[in-house]
Formats: sequence, C-alpha cells, structure tokens
Amino acid sequence: MKYFSFEDQLIPLDQWVQTFVDWLVYNYRDFFQGIKVPIELSLQGLQWFFTTLPAPVVILVFVLLAWRFAGRGVAVFTLLSLVLVGYLGLWSETMVTLSMVISSVFFCAVIGIPLGIMSGRSDRFQAWLRPCLDAMQTIPPFVYLVPVVMLFSIGTVSGILATIVFSLPPIIRLTSLGIRQVHPELIEAALAFGATSGQVLRKVQFPLALPSIMAGLNQTLMMALSMVVIAALIGAGGLGNPVVQGLNTLQIGLATIGGLAIVLLAMVLDRISQGFVQPK
Amino acid sequence: MDDEVKVSVRNLYKVFGPHPKKAMSLLKQGLDKDEIFKKIETTVGVQDASFDIRTGEIFVIMGLSGSGKSTMVRMLNRLIEPTAGQVFIDGEDITAMSMDELVKMRRKKMSMVFQSFALMPHLTVLQNAAFGLELDGVDKQSRENRAQKALEQVGLEAYGKSYPKELSGGMQQRVGLARGLAVDPDILLMDEAFSALDPLIRTEMQDELLKLQARVKRTVVFISHDLDEAMRIGDRIAIMEGGRVVQVGTPEEILQNPADDYVRAFFRGVDPTNILTAGDIATDNQVTIIATDGKNPRAALQRLIKNDRDYGYVVDADRQFKGVVSTDSLRELLEQPQPQLLTTAYLDTAVHAGTGDSMQDILPAVASNPWPLPVLDDSGKYVGAISKNLFLRTLHRNQAEDFTPEEATAEGAEQ
Repeated sequence: MKYFSFEDQLIPLDQWVQTFVDWLVYNYRDFFQGIKVPIELSLQGLQWFFTTLPAPVVILVFVLLAWRFAGRGVAVFTLLSLVLVGYLGLWSETMVTLSMVISSVFFCAVIGIPLGIMSGRSDRFQAWLRPCLDAMQTIPPFVYLVPVVMLFSIGTVSGILATIVFSLPPIIRLTSLGIRQVHPELIEAALAFGATSGQVLRKVQFPLALPSIMAGLNQTLMMALSMVVIAALIGAGGLGNPVVQGLNTLQIGLATIGGLAIVLLAMVLDRISQGFVQPK
Repeated sequence: MDDEVKVSVRNLYKVFGPHPKKAMSLLKQGLDKDEIFKKIETTVGVQDASFDIRTGEIFVIMGLSGSGKSTMVRMLNRLIEPTAGQVFIDGEDITAMSMDELVKMRRKKMSMVFQSFALMPHLTVLQNAAFGLELDGVDKQSRENRAQKALEQVGLEAYGKSYPKELSGGMQQRVGLARGLAVDPDILLMDEAFSALDPLIRTEMQDELLKLQARVKRTVVFISHDLDEAMRIGDRIAIMEGGRVVQVGTPEEILQNPADDYVRAFFRGVDPTNILTAGDIATDNQVTIIATDGKNPRAALQRLIKNDRDYGYVVDADRQFKGVVSTDSLRELLEQPQPQLLTTAYLDTAVHAGTGDSMQDILPAVASNPWPLPVLDDSGKYVGAISKNLFLRTLHRNQAEDFTPEEATAEGAEQ
C-alpha cells in the first residue's frame, strides 16, 4: 500500500531529463551549433535585405505582390497597414519579425513537405509520425524553450528553431491530406499507362495536392507569426520585444502597439499567401 | 480476323483478404465463395479462369457487379496482382515479369479506358491525351502531335486546350479513349467504359469504337454488365458469375446454347431477331432430293409421302441447292404423257435466305412463303430450312423457362 501513498517521487523523470540534456550540451554542443549555421545564414541574408532596403521600396514590393495575387483591395490594405506600422515607430522590429517568419516558413516547407508526402504515401510512416505531430502541437512552447536555449543559447536563431517546431505540424498534416485525397482511380490510371512510383508522385499526386499544400503553408505562416511573442522571451527580438517589454514593465500602451503591428502583419501575409493558393 | 491468340489466361485466381493461402486450399477442397467468406472472411474475386483472347477481336467480359469482371481485367495488366495462375500476352507470362518489364509492357502494349474517365483534372485535354506518351518519355513536340491525331480520331481536335471539367461526360470519355489510342497499343482494356454515359451517348460511343476498330484492328477487352452492349460490340463474350467464367463464345453460340441457368436468365428478354441469323436457326430435317439426272420424280414423290412431307428440297451431289418441289407438283409432272425433267416440277426457286441474314431480314419471306424457307450458304449449298413454326419457336423460347435445345430439334422434326 505504501506504493500508492504518492508522498514520495518514485520516478525521478525530471532528473533523468535534466541529466540527459546536460550530457547532450556537454558532449554535442558543436553539433547543435552546427545546425544553427544554415538558419543563421538565411536569416542574416533576409534581415540584411529588409533593413538595408529603404522602407518605401519594401512597402512597394508588398503592395505589388498583394495587387498581383490578391487584388486591389488587399493592395490598399497592405499599403495602409505597413505605413501605419512605420508611423507607430516599429518598422525595424517589423522587418526583423518578417525575416524570422520567412526563414521559419522556408525551413518548415523544406522539412515539412517531404515528410508530408511520405506520410501521405505510407500508412506505417503516418502511424509513426502522428503522435510526434500531436506532441508538437500540444506541448506548450515554454517547455521546449528551455532545452532550445541550453543547446542553442539565446538569440534570434533559437527563436526561429522554436518557431519551426511550433509551426511545422500544419504543413505536414495538410500535405499528407492532400496526397491522400487524390482519387485512387487517377493513380490507377497513371499506373495503367506505365507510371513508375516516382512518376505517380510527380505527375499526379503532387500537382493535385498542391492546393492543400499551399493551405498548409498558409497555416504554418500564421502559426509562425503567433510564435513571435514567445520567441521574444528567449531574445529573438522583433515585434515580440515591445509586447514582452510592455508586459514586464506594465506599459500597456507599448504592449498594445506591438500587438497591433503583429495583427496587421499577420493579416497582410495571410491575404497575400491566400492569393497564392487560389490565384485570381 | 486471324485466330492468333493475343492474351491467354490460365487458371487465374484472385483472393482478397487476410488469408489468401488458406482460401486457396479451401477452394481446392471444393468449398465455394460464400462458404469461404463465412469461414475466414476472405473474398474470392476470381477463381480458376481460363480463356484465350484472339488478336484483333473485341472480347467482352460480362457479368453482374461482384462477378469479378473488373478484377479480371485488372489482372491482365497486373494493376491487381493475381493470387495464382498465369496471364500470357504474346506468349509472355506477365505474372513472372519484374516491375521494370511490367512498366514497359504497360507503356508499349496496352492502355486502359475507365468507367469514371479518370482524366487528370490539372491537365488540358491535349495533355491528358498525351499522358501515356509523357510517362514513356516521348518528347513534347511528338507526343503532342500524336495526341492531337488521337483527338482527331475521336472528333475532339478542337478541344485540346480545354480542361476535362469543361466537357460533357461523353466528350470526357472520348478524351479517355484518345488517351488510350495515343500510345497506339496492341491491346485496349475498357473497364465499363461507356456505363456512366446516357443511353444515347453510349450507343454513339459503341458505334465510334466499332468504327475505330474497322480502321485499325486492335485487341479490345471490354468489360460490361450490359448485355445489349455486349451483343452489339462483342465478337466473343465471356460470361462471369461469382468469380467464375461460366461460358465463352460468340453471342449467337451463347444465345443458342446457354451453359447453365444463370446464362439463360441473363439472355432472357434479349431480342433474338437482331442476333440470330438464318444459318443459326435453320434445321436440316426436311426431305432432300438428290437431283442426279432428273429421272426420279416418282422416287422423290414416294420419299415425300413416306416422310409425310408436302415439300422436298432438291440438291445436287455437292448439296448445291437446285429448287423446291411439292407432292402436288410432282404428281402433276407424273400425269404428263411424256416423261418430263424434274426441273419442270420446281416451285419458285428465287425465294431463299443466306446463312448470314438476320431473323429480322428473313421475317417477310418466312411469313409469305407457303413452304419452309430454304437457307443457303455463301457458295450456294443447302444448309437447311426455316418453317414458320421454327421461327416462332425461336422467338418464343427466350421467354420460355424450360426450353432446351434438344426440344427445339424435336419440335422442328414434327413439322
């Protein structure tokens, strides 16, 4: 009966994890620092691009993109939003966030689309992948912020890594769904005409799953933006900074403009990327 | 049509479900499909099918849903892997082929047309027609030329830039057909290809297929549940029931000699006048008189009286048809003072039917002729005769439950 008193901790899982991560940090720090390199490079490139370009040029590029892919209304909205963000004094923070979001989404696509395709084509792989995705979507990001900081130290790159973990599941799930939704008779037809497995993927499954994959990309983008504030907690910078700062010092005004800028940026990116999904 | 065998199916089995090996051994013990399903929840799709498909013929595999016909056609290109047995195409066993060989064979030798059309919605009509060639790595220019030619064959040359969803069902299936033709296959597999179309369009497509077939003879394997369709386009028909091939033959053979009650039930209600020809129903039970030298009118009369017949059919030693005589005309001949040639006793010789004439064609002649209508083959040889009675019985027997071919002959002999 004493086993059910629950007075003492019988399974010291917390200590095991602690020991394991300590051991990882001690022995494999170089490896984890190596992982950061591609992310760091792409981020620096993007950040350099957005911060060195004059603000009006950046605004013009976004307005043109919005006009091309989402119509005139969204173009006007994009113009007003970005100008407002600039006048709020958050231009450089917005550009940092934008670079972070774009590089996160890029890496999510690079990792997520192949995983999604594999899970769409293999029931066994899907059975194995699904609990991982469930865990990624339900564990509060604060939980994995700690090991991320321990392994990768604080900064923007760590923020992006946490953002990738957070926003990866939708692109995988929707890619897999898109592949699975292709009518079996179309695959049968391709096979009957002598398609190899690779040809079935390239000529039938992938093109037909594309709308679903684009929807997944859009969801991933939105998730990445919502991670911005949390990433600011580990020193990622960007639009999360005013929010966190406002929270810490009870400056409600500062937190509000940070929040407003995030929402505006989210809407602009969402509308433009929706336009990619269903081109006018 | 030459009789060379193109596709040969030998003892083919397909078992779906968790225990194919167990099911096979139960089949060997003589259990049937339903018993096996009850016992081990394993479905026998096709069992012990063997038949040959000849080069250049339209071979229809017919059966109700669940009879295994769709499974059968998919085993001919191994979209469904046979559990046991062999399929030979041009003498090569495709069940023993590696994946590479199989892919090559699917690209070069056969193509398929589907009930649901199965066109690629993201490709234009032209790209769809060129799909098989694209998979085969044919360069863009020549595959689009060939696809355009295939579209011309089905009358859709103007729609190359459209997308499938912009076309009607009938037109979509023409694209499906063009996709099948573009690769210039030896064998065209058509899985209920016209079943999803309106009756009017379906007939039109059947005509289209026959027209294409008249131009270039391909071996067509056509799956259908529609008997009229099978009769209309099939050179030969295989009838499947519960995974078994119960009968293979020409429409006429099957109509005249159904293998069992299932086949008979299937064919009940079919209008036989379109399918049966004079040659099919003519019976050779009339009195024939050999006209060696015309000196035997008396012997001829004796034979007719002895057989209780009013009419006799005169043929020469090679069974070439000469004419019809009656007891009356023979008596008249014998009453003449001088001996006369038998030819003077001939009744009107012009009225006869060819073996290939359909029952529909010969109906007026049978109805108006006082004696059973003689039927001659292409070289003028006497094959038999069709009485009004026989004609009516043939019409009637499709409704009659208890009809057997033996009875028909017995009844024919009574006249």
